[in-house]
Amino acid sequence: MLLDTQKIRKDFPILARKIHNKPLIYFDNAATSQKPRQVIEAVSAHYSQHNANVHRGVHKLTEEATEAYEVARKKIALFVNAGDSRQIVFVRNATEAINLVAYSWGRKNVGKGDEILLTETEHHSNLIPWQQLAKEKGARLKFISVNAAGELELNKLEGLVTEKTKLVGMVHVSNVLGTINSVKQIIERIRKVNPNTKIIIDGAQAVPHIPVSIQHINPDFYAFTGHKMLGPSGIGVLYAKKEILENMDPFLFGGDMILRVSLEGSSWNYIPWKFEAGTPNIEGAVGLGAAVDYLKFIGMKEVREHEKELTSYALEKLREVKNLEMYGSRDVEKRVGVISFNIVKEGKMAIHPHDLVSILDAEGIEARSGRLCAEPLLSKLKIEAAARVSFHVYNTKQEIDALVPAIEKAKRIFKI
Amino acid sequence: MIEEQLYKEMILDVIRDPRNRGEIDNPDFEAVLENPLCGDEVRIQIELENSNQKAENRVIKKALFSGNGCAISQAGASLLAQNIEGKRLDQVKNLKTSDILKLIGIKPNPTRMGCALLSLETLREALLSSAKS
Repeated sequence: MLLDTQKIRKDFPILARKIHNKPLIYFDNAATSQKPRQVIEAVSAHYSQHNANVHRGVHKLTEEATEAYEVARKKIALFVNAGDSRQIVFVRNATEAINLVAYSWGRKNVGKGDEILLTETEHHSNLIPWQQLAKEKGARLKFISVNAAGELELNKLEGLVTEKTKLVGMVHVSNVLGTINSVKQIIERIRKVNPNTKIIIDGAQAVPHIPVSIQHINPDFYAFTGHKMLGPSGIGVLYAKKEILENMDPFLFGGDMILRVSLEGSSWNYIPWKFEAGTPNIEGAVGLGAAVDYLKFIGMKEVREHEKELTSYALEKLREVKNLEMYGSRDVEKRVGVISFNIVKEGKMAIHPHDLVSILDAEGIEARSGRLCAEPLLSKLKIEAAARVSFHVYNTKQEIDALVPAIEKAKRIFKI
Repeated sequence: MIEEQLYKEMILDVIRDPRNRGEIDNPDFEAVLENPLCGDEVRIQIELENSNQKAENRVIKKALFSGNGCAISQAGASLLAQNIEGKRLDQVKNLKTSDILKLIGIKPNPTRMGCALLSLETLREALLSSAKS
């Protein structure tokens, strides 16, 4: 079932904008989502009504700011069913969440000859921190391969996990193919081979689009970001199991993360504050809390149904476009509303995605092009770059209808 | 219209049948640059005419480009390579942004400017590379 987009769209002030004198069609949601006025107003109200530093002093305003910040943490914990909200650490974004794990947990627990298992479909944010760690420690990176259809070759999973596997890192939903990985089952299989292996899931593209229950998935770490889920930028979340967080050293040192300080040494604050040194992004957390309220009000099942229907419609429409090659699964049950494609002729890219997306832009359609921060995956699929459209709650079938003639226009300009 | 500004017939002709595309076996100068934003890649190679004069007074006998990427970066490289052939090295050293935009004949927006200027930056890089003679 489609959502009542007429109503939803009124909540997003930016959607009234024109781009090159055409109504804005925002199809770059996998990069960042737009923000409803409820989020914008929550951030604004924080500054105009409740602004003070958190966890410091005893005055009324700091109490209000601290309350708002900690209530946001609880809302977010509930939203992703994370259990104890002390397992929710505020960070800047999913990248920072993964780096926190790589620095704090990784540098203490991964050593020479140890193995880190990733997939070939990772966003650079869940690849490069591990490359660095492996380089520093003399650890070995291994990869779960992806086939030409863009599916992970999981039949080899058990053979890839060994007693040396300290960590498995895996994307929940691919930012290129939209594939939803069955992370729960994969995690169970990994733990059967090596129960000591820690597992980190990159949920940046999952939490904004599908119902996510972290306790059900049961990873050791789970990272996501606010700005892709209608929240502000500069606020993200690292979930980690309490006992792991308690045994991890802090990542950043300074104010707010300490209990007692002398000139000689200090003791660390309780979790999660041990990992939140310095004044945090208070208004970001408040804004993300408002985004979670907004998504909950719509319902994540409903969000998923809406986007599934849009994806199904878009796949059907794009399939009719001659010379258009799409990547990833055709089955909308297995993917979200992220569609990467190219215009090809005689097996070769006929319009560079950068050119294609410039022409879409001229029609008011904002899409993404390039290597999509997943260069190894594109290499594996033997594509240099791709154009990408991605949907959210406010997108409509009419907007997808407008995409097709815009692509046809690009083909006309390039005489294809 | 923006796309008409960006995709003039001339550019499209250039990329359909790009002149000065290829590789020189033993170039006097060469460089390859990449635009990380979109993955455009341009290589420029230069061969000078044989003479006893110092490099900057010698004439560019052959300039070829190779690489891959969007229409604007590739057309720009083709047009630039054509343009510098037959010129003295010191004449091309001071080519400016405005010169390359004039060659391509478009006014790209800031996000596409990098594509338009990639070949000029590659040329500058190539001229910094040490001459073999």
